[in-house]
Amino acid sequence: MIKTIIKKGAYFDSVSLMQVARKLNSIPGVIDSAVVMATRENKGIIKASGLLTPEVLKAGDSDLAVAVKAKNPPAAEAALKAAEELLNRKPAPAEAGSDRKASGLEDAVKTLDGANLAIVSVAGRFAGALAADCLEKNLNVMLFSDNVPLETEVELKKLALAKGLLVMGPDCGTAIINGAPLAFANSVRRGNIGIVAASGTGLQEVSTLISNEGAGVSQAIGTGSRDVKLEVGALTLLQGLKMLAADSATEVILIVSKPPHPEILKKIIVEIKKIKKPVAAIFLGGEIKGKIKDNFYAANTLEEAALKAVCLSKGWQMARAKEIIYDTNLKAETLARKEAALKKSAGKYLRGLFSGGTFVSEAQVILPGIIGPLWSNAPLDKKWKLKDSMRLTEHAVVDLGEDEFTVGRPHPMIDYSLRNKMIVSEAVRPDVSVILLDVVLGYGSNMRPLDDILPSIRKAFQANKSLSIVSSVTGTETDPQTRSKVVKGLEAEGVLVMPSNAAACRLAGRIITSHKSQVTGHKSRM
Amino acid sequence: MKSTLFNEELKIVNFGLESFRKGLSDAGVKSVQVQFKPPLVSDRKLFEKVEKHASSVAKANRAALEKIFAAQPVLVEMDIASKVIPGMKKNLILHAGPPITWKRMCGPMRGAIAAALMYEGMAKTHAEAEKLAASGKIKYAPCHEHCAVGPMAGIISASMPVFIVKNKAGGNYAYATMNEGLGKVLRYGAYSPEVIERLKWMETGLYPALKAAIALSGGIDLKTIAAQALHMGDEVHNRNRAATSLFYRAIAPAVIKTSPPDVAAKALEFINGNDHFFLNLSMALSKASLDAGRGVKNSSLVVVMARNGTDFGVQLSGGGGRWFTGPAPVPDALYFPGFTKADANPDIGDSAITETNGLGGFAIAAAPAIVQFVGGKAADAVSYTLAMYGITAGENNVYRIPYLDFRGTPTGIDVVKVARTGILPFIDTGVAHKKAGIGQVGAGVLSAPSEPFVKAFEFFAGELR
Repeated sequence: MIKTIIKKGAYFDSVSLMQVARKLNSIPGVIDSAVVMATRENKGIIKASGLLTPEVLKAGDSDLAVAVKAKNPPAAEAALKAAEELLNRKPAPAEAGSDRKASGLEDAVKTLDGANLAIVSVAGRFAGALAADCLEKNLNVMLFSDNVPLETEVELKKLALAKGLLVMGPDCGTAIINGAPLAFANSVRRGNIGIVAASGTGLQEVSTLISNEGAGVSQAIGTGSRDVKLEVGALTLLQGLKMLAADSATEVILIVSKPPHPEILKKIIVEIKKIKKPVAAIFLGGEIKGKIKDNFYAANTLEEAALKAVCLSKGWQMARAKEIIYDTNLKAETLARKEAALKKSAGKYLRGLFSGGTFVSEAQVILPGIIGPLWSNAPLDKKWKLKDSMRLTEHAVVDLGEDEFTVGRPHPMIDYSLRNKMIVSEAVRPDVSVILLDVVLGYGSNMRPLDDILPSIRKAFQANKSLSIVSSVTGTETDPQTRSKVVKGLEAEGVLVMPSNAAACRLAGRIITSHKSQVTGHKSRM
Repeated sequence: MKSTLFNEELKIVNFGLESFRKGLSDAGVKSVQVQFKPPLVSDRKLFEKVEKHASSVAKANRAALEKIFAAQPVLVEMDIASKVIPGMKKNLILHAGPPITWKRMCGPMRGAIAAALMYEGMAKTHAEAEKLAASGKIKYAPCHEHCAVGPMAGIISASMPVFIVKNKAGGNYAYATMNEGLGKVLRYGAYSPEVIERLKWMETGLYPALKAAIALSGGIDLKTIAAQALHMGDEVHNRNRAATSLFYRAIAPAVIKTSPPDVAAKALEFINGNDHFFLNLSMALSKASLDAGRGVKNSSLVVVMARNGTDFGVQLSGGGGRWFTGPAPVPDALYFPGFTKADANPDIGDSAITETNGLGGFAIAAAPAIVQFVGGKAADAVSYTLAMYGITAGENNVYRIPYLDFRGTPTGIDVVKVARTGILPFIDTGVAHKKAGIGQVGAGVLSAPSEPFVKAFEFFAGELR
């Protein structure tokens, strides 16, 4: 049975609502629930779960809809009552004057004298107008929200340029400005490497690798995922390069992006040529052809890009970057052979379950050379698009942060529940021998990663004794979760942890090939 | 222009996910969280149009606000409603809020009208009064359309005595009845014999005494009393204890000089025993002030917020007397023992004129004694007042809040700001039982409903030339 309540004109942000829905689902007898603003998009989502009652259908954009599917009327009533209580719960009252919430932009800029940057993570349909208002108040903007129209992005960025302000985003997950981690960012050393990145996870990976190698970051500017598209023309990336070129604390510049539109790449190259400082760049999944300038260094993986920036930062020979990677590879080879000998898996496939989208791209750059083609829900080559993202076949890597998985649910870096289910369901398949994971630490992410992931890892190993699980842990010692603690916790359960996603991909691939060569080697001896 | 961000101290305004502030505080970066609300109106074109006319709107609002700020509301006289209220007639009953038919009136308003008809001697019993009220022989009109205001049901009938408040700066007048006190009273829809008896005494005992005293005093400056009361813990809507005391001090000597001792004693005892005696004066002074700001072309200022227990209505300075209405919500209240929200009538009364004038809920930071209505913490009250600065055109020149270092109260609700920020006016209120004859069941607060403001904004933006 389904019960519904509609609250007219009651706005709540989606994260609070998801938290409420999560609590409702834990009430005995409740099968499913939806607690959403009754927008057209949300109605579409509810429809799929069968919770679209006539009342919800009738409700409007500014109405809150609570729909509960339960085994019996008392459970439904209990859930509706709980929803009412959770929604009405007043936030812990702030101490007078110390940490009062501002009621709007005007109030905020009055309350915090000299405010100069706004972080915007409200629903996309409100985010564009809000960002424009912030620019009018001379605030730089980090626009975390997605679902902002492309033409709005262009307008915002042009307005910002004219005013000498920076708009990072929309869909900008990570930035580090003046040493402060913004949104999903890590606690990294400060130093002389300035980063411009069109990918949040990519930025987290290179900044933590840089920090873990003992170098540091001056500024890390996020551009948003669409900045390098033809329509946007890399407005923020180009602006970021100019800002870093002019910044006296920045001595090395690192660019992290997916391959830009060819026209836009030309513009970026023109800008790079103007910069006297050394520049390293990765256009993940793409190539940079031809010589750009003497002190320009291209990379194929995030790991390589970060290490090249470290070499430049520390004045090391560039060859040192290759050596570090070579050393890690050597260790991975040995580890892979050992693991394959120990596990003797009959399975031959790798399954990558990722929370970071850029890691899925990087896996597709690295793994095909080792194990052959990979299926994915976010393929670099459309040919390898998974028909059904929930049904993985052969070698496959999935981005669990794609919209198809995140609608109505927090990002998989925060909420591990979907991936936990998949770790177990993939582990029981007899043809799977390696599961490849990423664990992303830092601000904004899950604050208790071990508590949340280890139960499913234990279940996976119980279900499949010959399974190998390989993971990277993106983070630093000073992150709130402390990288070494997380690494130890994973290793204690039998997970093979590598220092980067690239290294984890290579290890996972080597385990697969080691299994193969054991099998073939065995045969040849017969 | 070149960015200077890297050379500035980072200070962050955070809209949305609060968890993002952890990284900032760990890094020692100052930040403020915003309680984000979506705009009331999603049509960007209307905002763009208003933006185009921004300077003329701002100019109009300044002009309207100047007149409101300059108002000098003085209690100058008392008289019988039919003699002084413009358009007042024997068969006309004035009520709170926007226009409404008998058919759509809520219980307490019907009860109050029945009481008024019995008080007028036009009906003997409640049944007779109801029949007459529904017969079409009695006409109804909003107090606000007759320069008057009334708390709760806001009923004014022809022979009721009224305060006459003159805005000495603008020359306009406002009218209000005398406050009957708490418990079973007409304004909450009670119509029992004791209610009528009290009203009769107010007409024959209290009214002559006050009329004579006011005449002798030469007028009482109400604005000063309200301003002082804000420094004494009142917001002059839900708490009027200080203002009533100040009024008592101002009027008592004149009452004693002009009335026989027993009459004077009874009158003064009545005022002394009714903490809310000043409420009707607070409303009249607000009405006299705001009416001065009416009729300014292109002004988006709200000059009336009023409820009739069914609808919530808003009028704009530049709106030519048009009402913009929507259903009145049920207040979030503290209830007297034995009553619950299920007993409560939707919001009712003209008393939101105080909020419109920068008092009441807008000045609640001045009234820590009644913060149990807003969550129990003084900080909550401060938050509510601070939030209202986001939707007002100015800060009051006379009404000031000690806790906020004597900052002027947020005054002059700008419907454009309401529509853009989604912040709705915050109103203190008493709560009537939804059935006639029972009276007050609680007191509390509420946010104004969005619909009247959406309609008012759309009209305003549409009319802008």
